[in-house]
Amino acid sequence: MDYLIIIISAIFVNNIVLAQFLGICPFIGVSSKVETSAGMAGAVTFVMVIATIVTYLLQKYVLEAFGIAFMQTITFILVIAALVQLVEIILKKVSPTLYQALGIFLPLITTNCAVLGVAILAVQKDYNLMESVVFAVSNAIGFGLALIVFAGLREQMDLVNIPKGMKGVPIAFLVAGLLALAFMGFAGLV
Amino acid sequence: MSQWKNFSKGFFKENAVFVLFLGLCPTLGVTTSAINGMGMGLATTFVLVMSNLVVSLVKSQIPDKVRIPSFIVIIASFVTMVELLMQAYVPALFEQLGLFIPLIVVNCIVLGRAEAFASKNNVFSSIIDGFGMGLGFAMALTILGGVREILGSGTIFGLNLHLFPLDADGNPTTMIVFVLAPGAFIALGYLIVLINKINKKSAK
Repeated sequence: MDYLIIIISAIFVNNIVLAQFLGICPFIGVSSKVETSAGMAGAVTFVMVIATIVTYLLQKYVLEAFGIAFMQTITFILVIAALVQLVEIILKKVSPTLYQALGIFLPLITTNCAVLGVAILAVQKDYNLMESVVFAVSNAIGFGLALIVFAGLREQMDLVNIPKGMKGVPIAFLVAGLLALAFMGFAGLV
Repeated sequence: MSQWKNFSKGFFKENAVFVLFLGLCPTLGVTTSAINGMGMGLATTFVLVMSNLVVSLVKSQIPDKVRIPSFIVIIASFVTMVELLMQAYVPALFEQLGLFIPLIVVNCIVLGRAEAFASKNNVFSSIIDGFGMGLGFAMALTILGGVREILGSGTIFGLNLHLFPLDADGNPTTMIVFVLAPGAFIALGYLIVLINKINKKSAK
């Protein structure tokens, strides 16, 4: 039951992009096509889950054990940067097709605040390891959902007549606002 | 480029938020009021100036291959400093900004300026650049926070403006949506249109 609450809350109610404003850069930047959005979502899921597990273990057995919790920010960002590199190298060797699909998105993920944000949030919320993993997976799904829905909307927007000054990024923000408004409808769920 | 131009480019011509669309997460996340936006902007400015300073000092010592990780460590150290300082001296603001303080580390503006400017220019220009970009960012956040605060709560910097009629219970009937998540996107969208218009006019 607890897991279900974490899942629904992370995907719909507190959607990481539309309610918590994490990962806005890729949300606005890469979301012009559904296909690239799906690729980005896949890469983020991958890194987010692994990063959350590793940072959780580090927090528990290194930072807290030695009483140096204030080093959290530095450690976490280094872990994530190293992980992204590692994932890139491993993928290249193990699954070249997957690497082809995710390749260009991987370096961008280091500066995706959603990954660092979820890692820190999982620690702040005092989740255990299993809950942290569920939390990371659901947040990644929430990220992918928002990204892909938004990309679908933006593909449609190419076909409609938009006032000249609003073209491009401004109209994207307005659409994102309406999408966030729609997601607010989930507010009473949990 | 004169130092004045170097400083002022961060405000309009190369404004991080309105023109370059960098650092959007804190921009949208913390600007529920003008004071929050300003606090976040100034915290980022501090990190930006200090990281620009250090990066430009050590740029010749860092091998090219490991420069990005090195920059990240430098930035993360200053972010940790800001975190601890804010927790000690402005706990209320620290509480409000929450997660977004450690997330300054992944703010693309900071790493972007280290990579694009401080690693190529001398110390003095880098500091000026940091101040310009940082204060431009702070300005953008304060404006967005101000707009959202006025429309959503009817106040500015906590000062009641008495703009909205009161309902039966005596509460002002403000447009609450502007302090909620959707309002952030919508307000920023319209602000970008406005800034584009101003920039185009001044270019003519």
